[in-house]
Order: sequence, then structure tokens, then C-alpha cells
Amino acid sequence: MKFTEEHEWLRPEDDVIVVGITEHATTQLGDIVFVELPEVGTTVAKDDEAVVIESVKAASDIMAPIDGEIVAVNEALADNPGLANEDATGDGWFFKIKPSDPSQMDDYMDEAAYNDMIA
Amino acid sequence: MSDLLHTPLHDLHVERGAKMVPFAGYAMPVQYKLGVMKEHQHTRAKAGLFDVSHMGQVKVTGDGAAAALERLIPVDIIGLAENRQRYGFFTNDHGGIMDDLMLANRGDHIFVVVNAACKDADIAHMKAHLEPDVTVTPVPDRALLALQGPAAETVLSALNPAAADMAFMDVATLDLNGAECWVSRSGYTGEDGYEISVPNDQAVDLAQALLAHDDVEPIGLGARDSLRLEGGLCLYGHDIDTGTTPIQAALTWAIQKVRRAGGDRAGGFPGADAIFSEMAEGVSRKRVGFLPDGRAPMREGVAIFADAESDVQIGNITSGGFGPTVGGPVAMGYLATAHASPGTTVYGELRGKRLPLTVTKMPFTPANFKR
Repeated sequence: MKFTEEHEWLRPEDDVIVVGITEHATTQLGDIVFVELPEVGTTVAKDDEAVVIESVKAASDIMAPIDGEIVAVNEALADNPGLANEDATGDGWFFKIKPSDPSQMDDYMDEAAYNDMIA
Repeated sequence: MSDLLHTPLHDLHVERGAKMVPFAGYAMPVQYKLGVMKEHQHTRAKAGLFDVSHMGQVKVTGDGAAAALERLIPVDIIGLAENRQRYGFFTNDHGGIMDDLMLANRGDHIFVVVNAACKDADIAHMKAHLEPDVTVTPVPDRALLALQGPAAETVLSALNPAAADMAFMDVATLDLNGAECWVSRSGYTGEDGYEISVPNDQAVDLAQALLAHDDVEPIGLGARDSLRLEGGLCLYGHDIDTGTTPIQAALTWAIQKVRRAGGDRAGGFPGADAIFSEMAEGVSRKRVGFLPDGRAPMREGVAIFADAESDVQIGNITSGGFGPTVGGPVAMGYLATAHASPGTTVYGELRGKRLPLTVTKMPFTPANFKR
């Protein structure tokens, strides 16, 4: 699993990358009450706005961490956005992206480096 | 945050794990460990304790204090019975709202509670216009706590049974935990509850005595905001300000008949002509509630349109967010009167998309006051 400085996690799964935000991020954001996901089939570039999340406090944008095509989104978040708080790195995933340049993953931190960053 | 003022409860907030944020020049708790959602729900289910010591407490003393205040406030203060409280506001010469406030008749003085961000201006305003006829005395040596929620009566009665005898908007001096407290049965959540003025040096002990009750949790400003929003209550500087009149703000109910055109003490406050003209002829826009049809919260600043395509803006949101008790987004704001009937569908522009909202009566959650 890899991590961005924006507190996203990226987990390779077969030929796609599953993306969500870390427990550290969801704790900072507070209770998440709304998640707007991209449409399946959308092609995104790295740093494009991909997801909007709203907590009880404020709205935040989540950027696409790599170039690729959105191949799945977590529909369960529509009815239960709190999943992102309850299970940030599991059932609270946001989308799956098919990377057009898998080497972009190399830019990101491993878990130890991420833990150092938030420590 | 070193230049921020601290309330007497500051260290207690930190001990309790509060996240402190700057608010109106003070370091204030925005949330504790429970988080905004659970703090909100706890207040509606049991009782929450809020530190609102940043607000301004002021005594107006002297013969004719009530009459003097009526020169600045379009409310029946002379007719306010002893040990009763009432909502009001200072108006400017255009009928705009300079601040909203609570007034209590304490026999030998009128006790006024004003918003933190406005308190210096309010005190200067009162001194400039009311002295030397009456004396305006700030009360900085007292903290202010709010105990809110359905369990508030049980909790406060354990410290003094007389708390249970108070009705909504009654005020009384009560001994609580050895402190001489000025208590009103009121609040800013839509729930039953009390606001308690307590000497600074006894505030921590009283707060701890209240928090010792199993039903009481400390609640931060985050949940205070979502509670008052669901309660349909205005936040000064957002839902009302110097550019909005009480009539536009749907606060006409707070201007008693005796101060309205034709009343025995009609007018005599700043902006009376503008306010009376709006009362007689109607207003072009008014404050309403909105329920967004979807799940996306619509917050302050969202522009409102009559339909999904129109370029003509008909209103805007002044407060909005997720309502934990409603279980979805809620908002309030201003809307052109022609579109402001409850049930009307209008459109808010959010991130470049027009999303439907329904104009709705407030409060969003039923008020639970002890009448």
C-alpha cells in the first residue's frame, strides 16, 4: 500500500488501484456526511478533482493521485458516508482506477514513511 | 493562539480533550472527543454543557433602564415582568440589525446578554446613547454556561430543586454548588435548558459538578452551530447583520404590538420608519428554511435560482450544513418573497451544478421548551 501527502492510500488489486483516505485524515475531518464520487468510465489525470467529501465541518476535495480511468466507485458511501470514518482503509474506499502509467505509484510513500509524516 | 483570550474554563476544555479554535478573539472548544455528530445527538437525547463565557454580559441600572433600552431596541422592555427574559436586537438607522440579544428584567436592573463578536461595539453603543440617564456596566467577572437538553432539568435540580420550578424564559438567582448564579431557562439549541451566569472563580467547580452527572457531556461550538441551525435560530453575522432588517429576517414576532405602528409606544428606536414601512408594505426578500433534496450539504454562500437554467439569482444560503437529528442537510437563507412559500422547489448552485432544494418552515426539529 502507498500513501500520498494528501492522506490518500493506494492499494494495488489485480490490474487496478483502490483509492481511499487514511484514518488520520478521517479523524481530522470529523464525521463524514456526504461523498460525491466520480462517474465510472471517467478518465482522470493526476491532481484532477475526483471526489468531494463533506464532513460536519467543511467540504474537501480529493484529487486523483495518478492518471487513469475510473473503473469502479464505492456505491455504499452514498447511503452510508460514515463508512469512511468507520473503516477508512477497508469498506470506506472511494474508487478503483486503472492506471495509464503504473510507474506514478513510485512517487508515493510507503506506510512507514507516511506514519513518520503524520507523527 | 497565544494572543487569544481564554475563558475561565479553558484548562478544563484542554483536559477534556477539546480541539481549541479561535472564535471572536477567544480560544474556544469546537469539539471534544465525541465529535460534532455525537455531541449534537447527545444534547438532543440527554444534556450538553456549553461554555459561552465569550458572550457579553451587561447590567443596565437606574430608574428608567427599561425605557432607556427601548430607545435602541424595538421590543417591549417596560412591559417585561420581573424575572422574565425576552429576545431582542439593536437596530441601526436603516432598520438593520446591529446585534441580537437577550434581555432580562432583574428588578433593579436589566441584564443583557450579547454576542461575543459584537460585545465591545454593543457596550459602546449603549454607553453613548443611554448614559448618563442610566448606567451601563459590563460584567467581565462572570462566566456563562449553557446546560441544554431534555435531561437539563433533572441535572440542574440535583444542585438546586428550584431550577425545576422555572418556566421557559424565567430568570432567577439560584445557589448552585455554592455559587450565586443568575439562571435563565433558555438556550440556543431548540431544547429545554438553562443559561447560567456564574462568578469566574467558581465556574470550573460548577462545570465539573454538572459534568459529573452521567447524562452530561461537554459540547463544542461545532454542535452548538448544528443544533441552533436545526432549531431555526439565527447566527449573527451570517443569518442577520446590519444589511438585514427584523422583518426580512422573519423576526417580526419579536417586536411586540406596543412598539409597532399604532401601539402605545410605537417607534422611538433607530430605523423605526424603515421597519414600519416594511411591515405595512411587505418585504422583497425574507429568511426561510431549505431542505436540500439530495444528501449534499449546501453551506453559506450558495446562490439560489428559481430553476435549473435561469441566470437570475433569487436568493442565497446564509447557514447550512448537515443536520444530525434531521439525518440530512439543512440550510437557511434569504429568498425573493415571490419564491418563498413553503413547498416551493428552488435550485442551489453547488460546484457548478444546480441541485434542488425545498423551501421549508423552521424549526427543522420540533422545539422542546418547558412552557
